[in-house]
Amino acid sequence: MIRRIIKQTTPIMFGYIPMGMTFGVLFQGLGYPWYFSTLMGLFIFAGAAQFMAIGLLSAGAGLTEVFISTFMLNFRHVFYGLSILEKYGKWGLRKFYLVFGLTDETYSLVTTIKVPAEVNEQNYYFFITLINQGYWVIGCTLGVLLGGLVEFNTEGMDFALTALFIVLVIEQWKNIRDILPFVIATLSSIFVLIFFPSQMLVGSIMLSISILITLRAIKNKSYG
Amino acid sequence: MVDIGYLLSFIVVMTVATFATRLLPFVIFQKQSKHPMMSYIAKYTPPMIMSILVLYVLKNVDFNSVESINTLAAIATTVGVHLWKGNSLLSIFAGTFLYMYLVQS
Repeated sequence: MIRRIIKQTTPIMFGYIPMGMTFGVLFQGLGYPWYFSTLMGLFIFAGAAQFMAIGLLSAGAGLTEVFISTFMLNFRHVFYGLSILEKYGKWGLRKFYLVFGLTDETYSLVTTIKVPAEVNEQNYYFFITLINQGYWVIGCTLGVLLGGLVEFNTEGMDFALTALFIVLVIEQWKNIRDILPFVIATLSSIFVLIFFPSQMLVGSIMLSISILITLRAIKNKSYG
Repeated sequence: MVDIGYLLSFIVVMTVATFATRLLPFVIFQKQSKHPMMSYIAKYTPPMIMSILVLYVLKNVDFNSVESINTLAAIATTVGVHLWKGNSLLSIFAGTFLYMYLVQS
């Protein structure tokens, strides 16, 4: 099982380690002890939020502002959870960790892959989440320790995450064979990019789910 | 010069705010998880979010620039290899290595 999971999460490693290292290098510039970078990877475990933290920390932002801006930035996660209520199973320590570690990449993987029949699903998702966080924490730590010392050319490696999302779209298509969600998502994204470009991610997700629910409601009404 | 107390409370606040966004739907909607509308959302939301994520990571590519050829070639390779072989890891590596080669040379 672990070998299979490592294979499935390798593209995420290609994204998380260089990205975590970039975070570590930036964090080093703030002048705090190195292990706080590791700590942030362990506890916050959110890429975009941690990058935002660099700016907020150097500006000495107030904690209320930190809370509100983090909550807004990560608000899209609400919709991730909403669509995997059943999938993540019963409450327990494992589920608590699954919810804690629900990043864009982990969500994409657990909603697309098929868990082998003989394996406990929650266990499988648990190790995916754990290994992904491992990559991220390693990246955050390496970055702050190595700083600018080592010239390691990872430029372009983060394309792995783009490629991962592209492959997962194709896999989603194979699973669902229905063009509706792809059309709704594309139209919503174009609309939000034109009118609210700064809120592209959460805006498109909210709009497309609203359209989805509306379509369903209309359908239910017309068929009585 | 550096204020450890501030950093620690900062980390706590950011951890709680992030976790809140991930935990909220499970707390609020758990009881409705068997509702037909929820299974409808569960079925259609992942492909929508995946499509949005692709568009999101590509939104800063300037498709009028010469560099965008690198991105387009890498995307075409990823899609092509995936439709051909159907092996996710192979498709992702092919696209990524090509992209790294193109942007570094």
